[in-house]
Amino acid sequence: MTDTAAAPKKSGGIRDLGKMFGGGQSSLRQFGILGALIVIIVFFQIATGGQTLQPGNVINIVNQNAYVLILAIGMVMVIIAGHIDLSVGSVAAFTGIVVAIAMNRGGVPWWAGVLIGLGIGALVGAWQGLWVAYVGVPAFIVTLAGMLVFRGLNQFIGNATTEPVKDETFLEIGGGYLPDPNLGIDYNVPTLVLGFIAAILVVVLEFRTRARQRKVGAESAPLWVSLVKVVLLAAVLIVAAFLFAGGRVGTSFPIPGIILVVLVIIYAFVTNNTVTGRHIYSVGGNWHAAELSGVKIKRINFFVMMNMSVLAAVAGMVFISRSVSSGPGDGTGWELDAIAAVFIGGAAVSGGIGTVIGSIVGGLVIAVLNNGLQLLGVSSDRVQIIKGLVLLLAVGIDVLSKRSGGRSIMSRFSRPKKVSAADENMTYPLNRPLVEPDGTSAEQSSRPSSTTPNA
Amino acid sequence: MVDAPYILEMRGITKRFPGVIALDDVTLRVREGEIHSICGENGAGKSTLMKVLSGVYGFGTYEGDIVWQGEVARFRDIRQSEAAGIVIIHQELALIPELSIAENIFLGNEPRTPFGSIDWSAVRLRARDLLSRVGLRDDPDTQIKNIGVGKQQLVEIAKALNKNVKLLILDEPTAALNENDSQHLLGLIRDLRDKGVTSIMISHKLNEIEAISNSITIIRDGHTVESLDVKADGVDEDRIIRGMVGRTLENRFPEHDGSGIGEVFFEVRDWTVQHPLTAERLVAKHSNFTVRRGEVVGFAGLMGAGRTELAMSIFGQSYGTVLSGQVFKDGQEIKLPNVSAAIKNGLAYVSEDRKALGLNLLDDIKTSVVSAKLSKIAPGGVVDELREHSIADDYRKELRIKTPTVDEGVGKLSGGNQQKVVLAKWMFTDPDLLILDEPTRGIDVGAKTEIYGIIRKLAESGAGVILISSELPELLGVADRIYTIFEGTITSEILAKDANPETLMKSMTSDKNKKDAA
Repeated sequence: MTDTAAAPKKSGGIRDLGKMFGGGQSSLRQFGILGALIVIIVFFQIATGGQTLQPGNVINIVNQNAYVLILAIGMVMVIIAGHIDLSVGSVAAFTGIVVAIAMNRGGVPWWAGVLIGLGIGALVGAWQGLWVAYVGVPAFIVTLAGMLVFRGLNQFIGNATTEPVKDETFLEIGGGYLPDPNLGIDYNVPTLVLGFIAAILVVVLEFRTRARQRKVGAESAPLWVSLVKVVLLAAVLIVAAFLFAGGRVGTSFPIPGIILVVLVIIYAFVTNNTVTGRHIYSVGGNWHAAELSGVKIKRINFFVMMNMSVLAAVAGMVFISRSVSSGPGDGTGWELDAIAAVFIGGAAVSGGIGTVIGSIVGGLVIAVLNNGLQLLGVSSDRVQIIKGLVLLLAVGIDVLSKRSGGRSIMSRFSRPKKVSAADENMTYPLNRPLVEPDGTSAEQSSRPSSTTPNA
Repeated sequence: MVDAPYILEMRGITKRFPGVIALDDVTLRVREGEIHSICGENGAGKSTLMKVLSGVYGFGTYEGDIVWQGEVARFRDIRQSEAAGIVIIHQELALIPELSIAENIFLGNEPRTPFGSIDWSAVRLRARDLLSRVGLRDDPDTQIKNIGVGKQQLVEIAKALNKNVKLLILDEPTAALNENDSQHLLGLIRDLRDKGVTSIMISHKLNEIEAISNSITIIRDGHTVESLDVKADGVDEDRIIRGMVGRTLENRFPEHDGSGIGEVFFEVRDWTVQHPLTAERLVAKHSNFTVRRGEVVGFAGLMGAGRTELAMSIFGQSYGTVLSGQVFKDGQEIKLPNVSAAIKNGLAYVSEDRKALGLNLLDDIKTSVVSAKLSKIAPGGVVDELREHSIADDYRKELRIKTPTVDEGVGKLSGGNQQKVVLAKWMFTDPDLLILDEPTRGIDVGAKTEIYGIIRKLAESGAGVILISSELPELLGVADRIYTIFEGTITSEILAKDANPETLMKSMTSDKNKKDAA
């Protein structure tokens, strides 16, 4: 027991790096997946002879994946709360066809089309949330039904044909870029300005947080961690800004990317800093305890399901705008991409764990993988095989790393709602359990253990 | 009978969990063909001893010898002990509700046809035979969920008989049964004894133990206190109680003289609660009680008496269905339809099961501490994380939670420190009435003493405290006034200074009023 004091120090460096993602127990996992993303980018950059990080390709990756990443934001909240949503692709397609027809045949202006789309998302979400939260049908079933119903509605309303989207302003949503003032520079100035503002904000926010932490005597990460963090982040932002600004004329940072970034900022804030966000985590982590702490569980479940459908509607609109039409096959398989992104991004199958940022990184892993393999000319059949294995590997490593001295996701999954006996001696690889000086950290209960094997 | 040889001897059994000795040199001798009861308070080590015997804690995880039918047995798991003829029936039945009686009896042990498929005619035939042996006349094809708890108990025994049971271990077999079913079950256990099946029975119902047992072993704090021969030693309930509670009280409770106790501010009248699954079971029956400001009120009762159910049903109806009753606070009737209403009205409930109900083990300490009243530090719905941190840190210092920082996960804390986090979580809600359900279960003596101190401090600050505990010395040492509860009924009310373990145990194990009426 003499080394207990030394142990946390030894692992301090890695843990502090983990704090770059706001601390918490899933941050290390996210750190790992960010590392994986960098490795994948570097690999494809070399393998494709520099094509991966060409401005045109980077813009392409954002454009092609923005809608799935938007879905991943909602999906991670659903999964944190302990549910799943299989209907998002169909809901996106349903929203798309209604908006397209409303604008094309109904002649409604673009902004009314957007409002109609959001309204449909809210209505669909309320419908599914009602079943999940208040009737108590598992989300898997409700959204499986929704997947069929809304796919069918898309084809019923659209007569199973493609409806064109013509409104110029609406087409900007999925296909537009930041304006180009044409100042005679090779780079798109608004994109550069945005990049620099973002970089400055990162620095300012980090040091403001440090100052406030010092003020109340809270623990903050060592200065070098903060410095490394802001320098890295600011550098990435500026490099990215030059990348996006340096594409072919007329292109710059795409509007879908702007929508995505705004949503990420909003939802990262909601999940991390608001009461609602806290409640979502508590419902997924231990709903019994949440209920006994006064959390209105039904309301939270309703909210996450409804929010998901609204975001699915947004994704649907971005997609029809980008593809200039709405068709009967839109959104097929999106739910699986979004779910994969969330799990690669470190969420737990059993709920309670996951972050918006992590899910975005997870989604980018899939996106870069897809893109890189395509650039290398790998056929789509093999791309699918590789994507499947990557998903399995990412979660598999997670499970294995937790098994050696920690709590595995799967053990919680197989015994939901009950704390397993294995948790009694729960330890984490990097942090030793706190042991009281007299050595009595374990405990016994007079109740029969829930894991008693029965005859 | 007295001369029958020992079928089972457990010699010098010691079972350690990290930091805790659950059983210390326990000896149990059971003669062939007798009914042997094991008595002791909750947490005395009865269940642990039975888990050692049945191989749940396999050979090598304990010290001492199990001598089964004259030979040292080394059961590594429950299968091996069952193969030797030792079958344990747990308090929580292990039947599958959706399967039929016959399917449950033969689960994992199905008769096969020569082709390897299940021989259903043999299943039914043998099931009928086994059911007749336990006196159950139901169709073996009936689903388990369609028969009552009493009959389910009988199915468990039929299942044991199918395994050629020689020693039947029953853990609280009558806890969930009504009077008739209990009598039938006890009769059956007697019948089985006459047919040569030895039984070990764990029960809190001392009248049953007295009526049915040939001998009794009393366990206290992981030690064997004594073994009694019911006839030869002239054992009665009082004798058993003395053995169960007769330990010396150490001076580990804070001093209190009742000087700071104020007026009655919280009152519950005619509170009746229905079990959430079994409509005919009432877990609280027309209960009335009061709490004064600055007072610690103890709720004494055995496991399953309905103390937790009573408390949780008041705390925002988080258990069962409330059939009747009113709650008054400061003379006004208050409605508590859900937990958030209860918290708003100044109630707090510290659950007996802190891991399953009290904490989200994925959270860190600071998040847990503020979780029951986030609105206090979240103006406009945005959590002020710095205030959260400093508040949690204040509680860390005040309650002496042993952790380097409040950013640590609660899952990593020891039981005592986890409990302090739960206490902090509820102290943060500024409760007027704090209900503590087994607040010291499973935590070591040092932390216990600290928690007693916290409880007294809360009371001195003017809050009312309800302390639910199975440990009588704890109740006597900390509470000002004690209610005893037996089978959902409040059977007595007594000032702690006038109470002693024997009188409490008596009211906890029988309803005096009911007996007089009958």
